[in-house]
Amino acid sequence: MTSPVTSCPVTIRIQEDDFDIAREITVMTKSRTDIGAVVSFSGICRADDDSAKIAALTLEHYPGMAEEEIRRHADEAISRWPLNGVTVIHRVGRFMPGQNIVLVLTASQHRQAAFQAAEFLMDYLKTSAPFWKKEESATGTGWVEAQARDDEAAARWTKS
Amino acid sequence: MKVKYFAWVRERVGKAEETIEPPATVRTVEELIAWLSGRSEAYAYAFEKPKVIRAAIDHAHVKQDTAIAGAREIAFFPPMTGG
Repeated sequence: MTSPVTSCPVTIRIQEDDFDIAREITVMTKSRTDIGAVVSFSGICRADDDSAKIAALTLEHYPGMAEEEIRRHADEAISRWPLNGVTVIHRVGRFMPGQNIVLVLTASQHRQAAFQAAEFLMDYLKTSAPFWKKEESATGTGWVEAQARDDEAAARWTKS
Repeated sequence: MKVKYFAWVRERVGKAEETIEPPATVRTVEELIAWLSGRSEAYAYAFEKPKVIRAAIDHAHVKQDTAIAGAREIAFFPPMTGG
């Protein structure tokens, strides 16, 4: 008996424009009947940090490497979980609180794989994809420092 | 080889990219950081805490003991804060 062949389209985009979550889910699930679960994570520019009220956030990236690094982690997610679709959209430019920054969609037959793969992808997006945030607040402008808790979140996926 | 700088490393160096020709004695990423640091105060400032700096060769993350021979593009940047 052969195992059923499932395809897993991967969409990776880095763009200045906003994304439409509903539209991206429709694109992912259109004309397919094998998908039973889609998990969506969106990261949004937040006004309040521990120390200051953020007025705006600027996101810089390393063109070329950013797409390749996300692709490597999408491929790893596909090898670890039975996925039927992966979409990662990361915006760059200057954002005000409330605006979308990142979208991760994962599709699978069942919810567990989709939930886990979405978390895996986000943990690695934070620690390994070459993006950097600069914050503007009333107290000035400065680069956001990497958080140890993000490294710990990514480390839990390391195969022992 | 081409070198690229991002985020505060770029701001401190004062440029986004350049082409360099380090001497043959510079063999690893770590040694390249030390060599760059000696070029001017701006580089010394950018690389003042060399252990904090992350590096990539030809779009892939590398450790600082990685050899640079054959690299087309080397990038230096702070720890990433995307997502």
